[in-house]
Amino acid sequence: MSDEKKTPKEKIGVYVCHCGTNISAVVDVEGVRDWVQKNMAGDGVVIARDYKFMCSSLGQELIEKDIKELGLTRVVVAACSPHLHEKTFRTAAENAGLNPYLTELVSIREQISWVHTDKAVATAKAKSLVAGTVKRVVNNEALEKLKVPINANTLVVGGGIAGIQAALEIANGGFHVYLVEREPSLGGHMAQFDKTFPTLDCSACILTPRMVEAGTHPNITVLTWSEVTNVSGYIGNFSVTIKKKSRCVNEELCTGCGICIEKCPKKVIDDTFEAGLGYRKVIYTPFAQAVPNFPVLDQPNCTYFEKGTCKACEKFCPTNAIDFTQQDQILNVEVGNIILATGYDLFDASRMTNYGYGRLANVYSSLEFERMSNSSGPTNGHIVLRDGKTKPETVGIIHCVGSRDKNFNNHCSAICCMQSLKFAHLVKEHTGATVYEFYIDMRTPAKSYDEFYQRIIDEGTVFVRGKVAEISDIPRIPDEEGKLIIQVEDTLVGKQRRIPVDMVILSNGLEPRADAKQVGKLFGISCSSDGWYIERHPKLDPVTTMTEGILIAGCASGPKDIPASVSQGAAAAARVMDKILQKEVELEPVRATIDEDKCSGCRICNNMCPFSAILYIEDKGVTRVNPALCQGCGTCIAACPAGAISGTGFSDEQILAQIDGILMAV
Amino acid sequence: MTEKFEPVIVGFTCNWCSYRAADAAGTARMKYAPNVRLIRLMCSGRLDPSFVIKAFATGADGVMISGCHPGDCHYISQNYKALRRYLLLRRTLAGFGIEPGRVKLVWASAAEGLKLTEEINAFVEEVRALGPLNWPKWDGAAEVFESELAPHIATEVPA
Repeated sequence: MSDEKKTPKEKIGVYVCHCGTNISAVVDVEGVRDWVQKNMAGDGVVIARDYKFMCSSLGQELIEKDIKELGLTRVVVAACSPHLHEKTFRTAAENAGLNPYLTELVSIREQISWVHTDKAVATAKAKSLVAGTVKRVVNNEALEKLKVPINANTLVVGGGIAGIQAALEIANGGFHVYLVEREPSLGGHMAQFDKTFPTLDCSACILTPRMVEAGTHPNITVLTWSEVTNVSGYIGNFSVTIKKKSRCVNEELCTGCGICIEKCPKKVIDDTFEAGLGYRKVIYTPFAQAVPNFPVLDQPNCTYFEKGTCKACEKFCPTNAIDFTQQDQILNVEVGNIILATGYDLFDASRMTNYGYGRLANVYSSLEFERMSNSSGPTNGHIVLRDGKTKPETVGIIHCVGSRDKNFNNHCSAICCMQSLKFAHLVKEHTGATVYEFYIDMRTPAKSYDEFYQRIIDEGTVFVRGKVAEISDIPRIPDEEGKLIIQVEDTLVGKQRRIPVDMVILSNGLEPRADAKQVGKLFGISCSSDGWYIERHPKLDPVTTMTEGILIAGCASGPKDIPASVSQGAAAAARVMDKILQKEVELEPVRATIDEDKCSGCRICNNMCPFSAILYIEDKGVTRVNPALCQGCGTCIAACPAGAISGTGFSDEQILAQIDGILMAV
Repeated sequence: MTEKFEPVIVGFTCNWCSYRAADAAGTARMKYAPNVRLIRLMCSGRLDPSFVIKAFATGADGVMISGCHPGDCHYISQNYKALRRYLLLRRTLAGFGIEPGRVKLVWASAAEGLKLTEEINAFVEEVRALGPLNWPKWDGAAEVFESELAPHIATEVPA
């Protein structure tokens, strides 16, 4: 920012990339090179080159060689987005002894060649953008990365299979994990399932050992029936507030014997774990293998809280663990990284009124069927109609309920085809019924999935390709009396069909959590337009987010099956371990600094900072910025009426020069 | 036959949302009007209104400012500050006799490549309809500063 840097004494190298033909097909790369060489010498450009692939090792060597031989003091690379290769070129410059922050990348691929078609216009725009960056880079300052120590503890939010996996990986690596789960037990959706496709393993048999391992691991603090209420700080140093909701059970005394559950005289419908099909006591654990197995007292439904009498649980508890006066606890923990494995919500099928879910008794949701086919479920594993005894003779299974549907969700829920095939198998196995599957497209891409599909075909399931229009209980012919009639266009035959069945199972799609947006805000990450959390890169960086230190795993970023969720949990854990093992984290040195000689102490900037990084020094009458708290947004810089605040990496001088450059006549 | 007026537009984009939306539009090869030239800021809150004036004075016919949707700011709430400045800036520009429609604030998340391109296309047409800005070109500003303003500013520096 000092005045001498403004004079065109810098030696700038400009490198224009062809990116194969990605850029050169639309932008006249040589033309840009020659124009810069000719018109920007006055700004300090000493060399302009073009190369087929600047990001290749040969391309990088070209820059390194010029820095050493021509004594370049600034480098401009016109290629792809800085979000892709800024680091590559800055590292190359650093290898040649140049401060990395003296190198800038111009996006002439994402912003020009991929989005414009007129070659002359695109080339002119490329010249403008390069000119802007050349003028900007002259004003760049050499910066040093800020290093802050990293807290080795990790917070994992969500105790489903992805969260459990992530927690176990980190804990086994020797670092502490706080595993927070909203429900009374770990397990997530997987604990509700009966079998898992395509192997037909018993879901509980493979999940519960992991739950127990997490629950007893010396490096894992399991906090169930708990929610994160506040997060502050940044990568390496987050402060997290967790609300541990009152269970009315003293966990120190409770042995998990279950006598209180047995003695509790009141039953309510279990809408959560049993999907409304079964009952639970008012004091309960959601399922027998719950981890931890301390019960939770459902206060709004408890007779004692309603009427002031009962206390059966307290009377019979052998260890006096029941505590009706227990309050919510607020815990504060310090962590370095946070993994969000918050999962999904099931699509509410009653929104599709033409399928009659909630109105027609024998139309079931996928989760209801999972509970029904589970031997520890409300029907003890018997697949029966709502009357609780009649076995269905014909069953229709409908795919894509609330998925791939413009009226609800455009996305494919990824698991429904395989889940529906599993249902067909279970129905056949338990009841011998005739099974129809109504699908739009069959999607079975993962390992052993298509073989499973073949197996279900061989078992005699009837596949009808078509989106079901309506499920009705109004018969048109005697054969349809007392049945549910599925109206569908069989697109392979090209005919409308009416198929009478006894039971319909809907394969509900997966949706983002209803509160995904609020939770995202809490952790400083955002959702894509369809509501799932956005990954830093959809292909190359699927478990990190735009916010350093906040990672995502499992269905939080989109529908996934169990193997994919587990992989993501492990991947997120590996990323966290990588950070922890580095012991300190480098922060981008984009920060605000205040020139105290210019600061008049007006305190206008004081209210601008959402991170409390700006401190007013009473006795000196000036304001200062705490560089560890400053995140570099620059709002205070723009607010300062005295121009006393400057931003490293995005200073006024840099931006004003860039405006000059991009508006140069080309 | 008169040539169609091609407005020059400078776009200030937030690093976390709309700059990435532009990347997303690129990756998906969405075609849009080439009139806009983007400058990356860390946040729409970084936008000093003087950058907009500077862009107009240097030859821009329109300025687009884009940031994260309200409530989604990477820096918690700075886009609201950008909104406040934007509204004030429009009134100021109107006072100068510049159509407020030459400045546009757009919210576009990292996922909204399509939205960003649609907003750009619409804005290009809006500015095209307004015609060239024709900001008066007069280069005596430095002289005035030297002779009239600079001595006063020097006296303001605290001892």
